[in-house]
Amino acid sequence: MAKVHASEIETEPHDSGRRPPRAVVGSHRVEEEMFGRAFDKKIIRRIWAFVRPYRAMAVASVAALLVFTGTQLLIPLIIRYAIDHAITPAGVDRSAVLAAAGAFALAILVNFAAAYAQETVVGKMAENVLFDIRCAMFIHLQKVSLSFMDKTEVGRLMSRLQGDVNSIHEFLETSIYSVGDIALLFGIMFVMLWVNFSLGFLTLSVLPALLMIRIVWLPRAREAFMAAQETNSVVNGALAEAIHGVRTVQSMDRQQVNFLLYDDKAHADLRTHLVAARYAQVMVPIVDGLTGLAMAVVIVVGGSTIVNGGIDVGVLVAYIFYIQRFFDPIRSLTAQYSVMQRAMASGKRLTDVLDVRIEIQDKPDARILAPEMDGSVEFRNVTFGYEPNHPVLKNVSFRVNPGETVALVGPTGSGKSSAMALVHRFYDAQQGQVMVGGHDVRDLTQESLGNQIAMVLQEPFLFTGTIFENIRYHKTEATRDKVIGAAKVVGAHDFIMSLPDRYETQLGERGGNLSLGQRQLVSFARALVADAKILVLDEATASIDSYTEMLIQKALRKLLEGRTGLVIAHRLATIRGADRIIVLQNGQVIETGNHDKLMAMGGLYSKLYNLNYSSFDDIPVEEADPTGQAASRT
Amino acid sequence: MSRPARFRRRKILSGHSVGSDAVGTTSLKSSAHVKAAGWGRGLSTLLRITRMNLRHPWQVALAIGSTMVAVILQLLIPQLLGRAVDQTQVAIGGGVTVTAAEQALWTPALLLLGASTLRGLFTMAQNYFAEAVGHHVAYELRLACYDKVQRLSFSFHDRVHSGDLITLGILDLDGVRMYFSTVLVRLLLLTMLIGIGAYMMISTDPVLGLIALSFVPFVAWRSSVTQLKLRVIWLDLQERLSVLGRVMEENLAGIRVVRAFSAQAYEMVKFDRASKNALKLAHEQVDVYVPNTSAMTLAFFFAMGLVLWIGCNKVIAGQISVGTLTMFLAFMTILQMPVRQIGLMVNGFARAYTCGSRLFGLLDQDITIRDASTARPLEIGEGTLRFDNVSFAYPGTGNRAILKNITFSARRGETIAIVGPPGSGKSTMAHLIPRFYDVTGGTIMLDGQDIRGVTLATLRQAVAVVQQDAFLFTTTIENNIAYGDPWAKAQRIERASESAQLHNYILGLPAGYKTVVGERGASLSGGQRQRLTIARTMMLRPSIVIFDDATAAIDAATEQRIRAAIRRFAKDRVTIIIAHRLSSLKHADRILFVDNGEIVERGTHQELLAQCGRYKALHDLQLRPEDDIATTYRGAP
Repeated sequence: MAKVHASEIETEPHDSGRRPPRAVVGSHRVEEEMFGRAFDKKIIRRIWAFVRPYRAMAVASVAALLVFTGTQLLIPLIIRYAIDHAITPAGVDRSAVLAAAGAFALAILVNFAAAYAQETVVGKMAENVLFDIRCAMFIHLQKVSLSFMDKTEVGRLMSRLQGDVNSIHEFLETSIYSVGDIALLFGIMFVMLWVNFSLGFLTLSVLPALLMIRIVWLPRAREAFMAAQETNSVVNGALAEAIHGVRTVQSMDRQQVNFLLYDDKAHADLRTHLVAARYAQVMVPIVDGLTGLAMAVVIVVGGSTIVNGGIDVGVLVAYIFYIQRFFDPIRSLTAQYSVMQRAMASGKRLTDVLDVRIEIQDKPDARILAPEMDGSVEFRNVTFGYEPNHPVLKNVSFRVNPGETVALVGPTGSGKSSAMALVHRFYDAQQGQVMVGGHDVRDLTQESLGNQIAMVLQEPFLFTGTIFENIRYHKTEATRDKVIGAAKVVGAHDFIMSLPDRYETQLGERGGNLSLGQRQLVSFARALVADAKILVLDEATASIDSYTEMLIQKALRKLLEGRTGLVIAHRLATIRGADRIIVLQNGQVIETGNHDKLMAMGGLYSKLYNLNYSSFDDIPVEEADPTGQAASRT
Repeated sequence: MSRPARFRRRKILSGHSVGSDAVGTTSLKSSAHVKAAGWGRGLSTLLRITRMNLRHPWQVALAIGSTMVAVILQLLIPQLLGRAVDQTQVAIGGGVTVTAAEQALWTPALLLLGASTLRGLFTMAQNYFAEAVGHHVAYELRLACYDKVQRLSFSFHDRVHSGDLITLGILDLDGVRMYFSTVLVRLLLLTMLIGIGAYMMISTDPVLGLIALSFVPFVAWRSSVTQLKLRVIWLDLQERLSVLGRVMEENLAGIRVVRAFSAQAYEMVKFDRASKNALKLAHEQVDVYVPNTSAMTLAFFFAMGLVLWIGCNKVIAGQISVGTLTMFLAFMTILQMPVRQIGLMVNGFARAYTCGSRLFGLLDQDITIRDASTARPLEIGEGTLRFDNVSFAYPGTGNRAILKNITFSARRGETIAIVGPPGSGKSTMAHLIPRFYDVTGGTIMLDGQDIRGVTLATLRQAVAVVQQDAFLFTTTIENNIAYGDPWAKAQRIERASESAQLHNYILGLPAGYKTVVGERGASLSGGQRQRLTIARTMMLRPSIVIFDDATAAIDAATEQRIRAAIRRFAKDRVTIIIAHRLSSLKHADRILFVDNGEIVERGTHQELLAQCGRYKALHDLQLRPEDDIATTYRGAP
């Protein structure tokens, strides 16, 4: 292949000249394994656990399905009866016509009722199970540790919650129908052999032929279908990229190159789809040919049996009806194989998520942290690492007194964010104790702890919805006045009032229609409404325009009023405003005290401060490093 | 006898989910908008799709020809079956010898085998060519959409949600693609099958024929109504599912916020509400679907029962033969599936109509910013940029001017800094130079040429903008850096990334310059992204380079080093820097302080400080962020 390609380029230098070596549009997604083993007992058992609550429905629908299949089998037999008994050349039997008509009416009514019941039950049950699985996963994800969430891309979890649960849904629906398919297949075989063994046997002999063709065809066809799906997602991805990146594309004048490259992909997509269409359609004449063959056999063999007086003509008619049907179950049963494989692969991924251990749990005798607690925070000899062998906090001890504001300062990677996460018990310390309000956080219920700690994260994350809903967030009992009051306190009220719908302005995805500074202010207001004794804040590092920066500084002061504050500070203004400063380096507390005291000490803090950057994060690694290296050498 | 209803259900539902036609609120809104546009436009849409199909005359002809042959062959089958059954009766009646009767069976048997196989072959051809036409049309539409989307001006993209555009290019395109196979070919097939079939049956026996056909109108009606209802539910369901998806996605992406506020219970309520909302509709879908399909099956069997009963009586009366009765029953079986699919056809019509209207709405969109008919390539001589009394208002915002009477000029080698409070119009000035938007008053000149009079391609090669929110394409770092010059040698790429202080970082990555970044690649921090964008610009050879707040996320020290590197790069260009960090702009040859769309102060850093005006206030504020300065910075209260 590669050689052919190279020679093409040689013979057509002009064509290769139009496609630059470093240009691509769209990208190939690394697909997860789509198909697993067709049958995995463990996974079936897990899926069954979700079906169990509906097992009465499942049993009822299988029963209805069998009744339905039974009537399907019965109808040709009734036709046969009518033809053979009512209108034999020997004589006319009007009562038989009436009996046949009555039986037929009964059969179709039962058929109707069974189909109705079974399809409704299966359809609803499968939907219920789908939503149940999704719900179980969602609940589980609310509890698993943050380190799992940090490691796992949101997109990946979303494809669990959407794609994978859907393939389980499909599997459930089709597997119940498969029961019907199998019943129908064996039913037809049984009836045909029972009515006339040799004729039935001869006719059924085309079945293995179809089965074999399907088995040969299936993997190839599946490959073709998957190739088509793949190229389709590639072109769609390329289109999405062109739309999202259109401003860059236009400013770099890449339209023509991109169009050529896109044309290549679109054309590849066209080709794979045509191939897939060929694979899909090639089965049509095969099935039709085999149907014709089976009919021909019935006519020749069955016909001469009739002529010789062996059977009645009704048998022939009934057989013709059965032949038109008996390829369907084979078709859907072989398709079911792919569905099962896909479901097993999905089921594996779902159970992987459901089996993630929940590390942080309330103790059975966990206590509720009363809102009246003093609001102190204390670290007692805390050692912690995301991996036990690599501690990011080493034997850290400090205390934040009620109402005090403490700034945590230190170079990137010094353990500031980890300390903050421990206060809220996002993780458990390996050694030592984290105390809030005088209680070990592990002895408290997570919910009551969370209610007393408000957190403001570096990246202000806002939800879709109105500004009002975002400020109120989970405090659904907060009044409008309280929300507006909070916005006023943090200085967000003015800009909110200048928006088209004020507090009812719908935020775009992630609050995209607000600037970073504005989002920051909204997140401050949200923390204020949460009304907690302790405020933990991770200051934003990105540089914000000076005016908004000033608003934020003011808001911060308001926010910390009357609360215990633990602030990961980057800006000098914030740091200077703190009651006390704790300097962390390499996971250890190396200096503590207020600004003046630390300056007098002449340690890392004074050194960093004297470099005269407006933010500690501006300090280049080299300048903060010498002490760091010295520390690690000892 | 019917195929079990579930096949149809699966097929119909999956047909929906594969070929869905709208996701998201705005798309639904636009479909309502299409409805308002009236049937005239709808008809012209369908005609336009048909014309696109006809541009593949061979495949269209083959599909139509095959369909006709296949229908006729299919209609032969019941007749052959009837003949075979009669053949057996003749022998029993004693008309011919047993051997002769046995011999006679071979003819219909072989004809059946032949007709059935040929029908299969022609059906294959019919389906294949019908799909091929659709895929070719889809291919053409894809290219047209891509081209259009790439060329539509910024103001269009500001207005239209990107998600809706993607939906348009994926799902609406699919609706149009399916038109030929699910609507046109099926219409032909149904008309012929029902028409010829009805003629054959009624001419054989009018009473029995009419009874046999009695289920057709009922099933056609129910099937159409059901499909249209399901379509509405389906659109609604997609909408609710996308709300559910958003709730889950935001919860997971914002999981730290959720945990920080201990809001899990609240989030569960949100999830539960969205989930139940969707589930209710999923059940409703079943409730609409099942009774209707069951009723259709019942109607069919009811007609069959009548045919059987009356047919038997007629056979008894000697009016028809058993073979004829068999033929009627077989006819009904053949008709059943296609008749039930009338609903799909109606649905296909509705889809093609809405999807096509939306799609052509995009394709017919005017590109507001494009080459004038007299446009000439830009000729760069001295490299002078001049704003002459420039005013600007964003399209669709009335006359709310963002920029008013902006006049300044810059020569090659000069650096102009623009500073001002948020929303003052700084970035807008940057966007006017490469014509991302056109000025609404005044002119922008490059070496004496109005930028509206030169070709866009040459203009944009001459003007490079380093954007604030850098877009990374999902490809390797080196391809991203070389985005504007995809022929670049590796050495130049490395040099550019060295200048942008990115080289060392890249070397530290496991795959170095081959590391894939972007949406699905390794994630870079805001500062790294901005540095990559700077490197990307340094690959170009523009006459004018604009940094639009492009270093906000880069620390001051790194920025200093980048600036040193840029100084060499900027030597023979006009450089425009928009920033709020004063250290970024104090070395500029001229600083323009912009407020409310006007230049309120201009001069060098020293001159502006001496003026003791707004710039000075900003300068002091950055050194000492205290409350009292606020008023000065904002201007007099």
